[in-house]
Amino acid sequence: MSQANAVAVVLWIVLTMYAIFAGADFGAGLWSLLSGSGDGGRRPRELIDWALGPVWEANHVWLIFAVVVLWTGFPSAFEAVFSTLFIPLSLAALGIVLRGSGFAFQHTARRAGSQALAQRLFGLASLLTPFFMGTVVGAVAGGRVPVGNAAGDSVTSWLNPLSLVIGALFVATGAYVSAVFLVSDARRAGAPDLEEYFATRALVAAVVTGGLAAVGLVALYRDARYIFDGLTHDGLPLVILSALCGIGVLILLHRRAHRGARMLAAGAVASVIWGWGIAQHPYLLPKTLTISAGAAPSGTLTTVLVCFGVAVVVVLPSLALLYTLAQRNVVAEHQRPAPNPTGGEA
Amino acid sequence: MAFTLGFHIILSCLGVALPAMMLIANYIGIRRNDADALKLARRWSKATAVAFAVGAVTGTVLSFEFGLLWPAFTGRFGEVFGVLFAIEGIFFFLEAIFIAIYIFGWNRMSPWTHFWTGVPVVITGLGGAFSVVAVNSWMNQPQGYSPTSGKVTSVEPLKVIFNPAVPYEVPHMILAAYLVTGFLVAGIYAVGLLRGRRDRIHRLGLLIPLTVACIATPIQFVVGDSSARAIAKDQPIKFAGMECVQKTSTDVTEYIFGRCTSTGVKGGIGIPGFDSFLVGWSTSTEVTGLDSVPPDDRPPFNTMLHWSFDVMVGICTALIGLGLWLGIAWWRKRDYPQTKWFLRATAVSGVAAVVALECGWIVTEVGRQPWIVNNVMRTSDAVTHASGVWVTFGVVLGLYVALGTALIVTLMAMSRRWRAEDEEDVGIPYGPEPGPPPDLATEAPK
Repeated sequence: MSQANAVAVVLWIVLTMYAIFAGADFGAGLWSLLSGSGDGGRRPRELIDWALGPVWEANHVWLIFAVVVLWTGFPSAFEAVFSTLFIPLSLAALGIVLRGSGFAFQHTARRAGSQALAQRLFGLASLLTPFFMGTVVGAVAGGRVPVGNAAGDSVTSWLNPLSLVIGALFVATGAYVSAVFLVSDARRAGAPDLEEYFATRALVAAVVTGGLAAVGLVALYRDARYIFDGLTHDGLPLVILSALCGIGVLILLHRRAHRGARMLAAGAVASVIWGWGIAQHPYLLPKTLTISAGAAPSGTLTTVLVCFGVAVVVVLPSLALLYTLAQRNVVAEHQRPAPNPTGGEA
Repeated sequence: MAFTLGFHIILSCLGVALPAMMLIANYIGIRRNDADALKLARRWSKATAVAFAVGAVTGTVLSFEFGLLWPAFTGRFGEVFGVLFAIEGIFFFLEAIFIAIYIFGWNRMSPWTHFWTGVPVVITGLGGAFSVVAVNSWMNQPQGYSPTSGKVTSVEPLKVIFNPAVPYEVPHMILAAYLVTGFLVAGIYAVGLLRGRRDRIHRLGLLIPLTVACIATPIQFVVGDSSARAIAKDQPIKFAGMECVQKTSTDVTEYIFGRCTSTGVKGGIGIPGFDSFLVGWSTSTEVTGLDSVPPDDRPPFNTMLHWSFDVMVGICTALIGLGLWLGIAWWRKRDYPQTKWFLRATAVSGVAAVVALECGWIVTEVGRQPWIVNNVMRTSDAVTHASGVWVTFGVVLGLYVALGTALIVTLMAMSRRWRAEDEEDVGIPYGPEPGPPPDLATEAPK
């Protein structure tokens, strides 16, 4: 594999991590928004808060990694994407900031009114970021991002059916993954009614996501034939794998056997992302910029790969340590008196 | 961008230096079996987490801005300076993980094990500061890539990482982080003491950061002084802008404040020959003036630049004075000066240190203009061609005001609750994963 391809693989790994974790995170924000005001929605929101608290920050790290790898490894693609698509990307950034402050405020706001406002903000922001990220992907897929400083149309590049469908698909996928994750969290918290609540929502989200994916394929066929052809030829095994994972999740949820549901849901997302990567290969910006043409000089690529290697060797064990400690703690804390046997990890 | 960076820089300082304060308090707490010091360490660890969380958000937005505002800069040189950001990514990730472990580990690990989980936070903070500031030094003294015009085709990462501005710029910024954090935290406790909260927590909360800051300040003065000399040599136009030197000559007068005009400094206090002396230890040293380059290549806002530099130096000098005051009182009475004026001065010192920080930022950034990469790429060539960038800018500005308010409100709410002594209830990102809210399980319909 060439160095440039290796860096592209690194970029894809980071993007996959971001898509899964941030997707689940944004999805949870959406469920929080949809849970409704008043008492009915209070318990689901509490679960979401509890489940999200410790992890939401790590998502920023993945995103920053992805952006940095993109501009370091493929600066001309970065320039093209960020200058032409500055409107959706600004809006995505807006979502990130609003989410951060909404989440922080939610915990500190004293009055019920401002707390509700913070919650609303948090939910809306969760919608904003994935949707506009999706439109960006749609714009790139449709070949509407020419190389250069703001060389493409700043509006029609992302305001077109393909972009909008993919934007909606991103939101729906996040909602789906997140609902599956929340089912497990509800079980961990010992709240069977919430398990039921999110299982239903996972089913609905799965149907919506599947529908949008089908519409997306049609849009790709009409607007981004290169990607469509890739997905239906070289990338086909992964697309099928993704569909199988998705169906597997539904079966597991239906049978109330949640053990592997999280892995399968993540697998469904990951395989479609990698299928897409294969479909797009060897292009960074389909049909205009290839991976090798857009790549940085080899000194830079080597450094990026070394950094990634170091990250794998150093960061992963630290992360493992953190999660191990967190899991142990959950067990320890459950020793406090509880009316029904909740247990730690189910 | 300047604005967001100006905001981010304060948060980064807290992220870099607050963990050190927290560990010092932790160390004292364990060594002397001091419950108050431990309580402080615990509170600071939570404040660190909040600053770090907001810093992560502003950092994400900044990484976007590299593309939203300066696509041509990143498009051409991203492959050069991006190397440093890739390194920074690792440090940042590790810092996040160990902050989480440290906060999480309170009362759950043996005291010394817990202390050692905090050490990586300090180290990664320094590493992160190094890599980010090195990017800025690279913009000041670019090297390690070729060709120098047109598309970059070859990069030497080590030359980029250890560019010639690193040896003075990086220590200067790291010291600034410790100084700003130290005076800022001490200032907050000084306000508490002034309001009559004369307990031991406030005393320690004042003394620990103030001591760190007072040790850092004189070192900073020396480092800053040698930076200025290095700038006079390597970035002479920036230096000329800082000092309002119009004509290249010897025996240059050092002006303190005053108004910069093309015919020389109006007003201000002039010390004949002193500028030359500062640059080369002799009044016969030649100092490069602004006239050595065409008007288009000279930095704008000359008076502001000059004032920023003087304000920074002035504040640093005043802070050394504060340090001496503390030092003398400690030497004679083993206590900080027991006068309200000392506490007032300390309270102000925090704000002053932030002002000095921002002034320093103005000096290095405005002083480099009109270049974004010194003598290689003009800022006007780096900016996005997308129209409507001012709208983006306005939105970002509004957001940061919101974010700043959120941060301060959060910290104040935390402080209020600490005072009410229910500190376990302060919900923060990175906090130890609490158990599920009790009513989640209990209210479940059977």
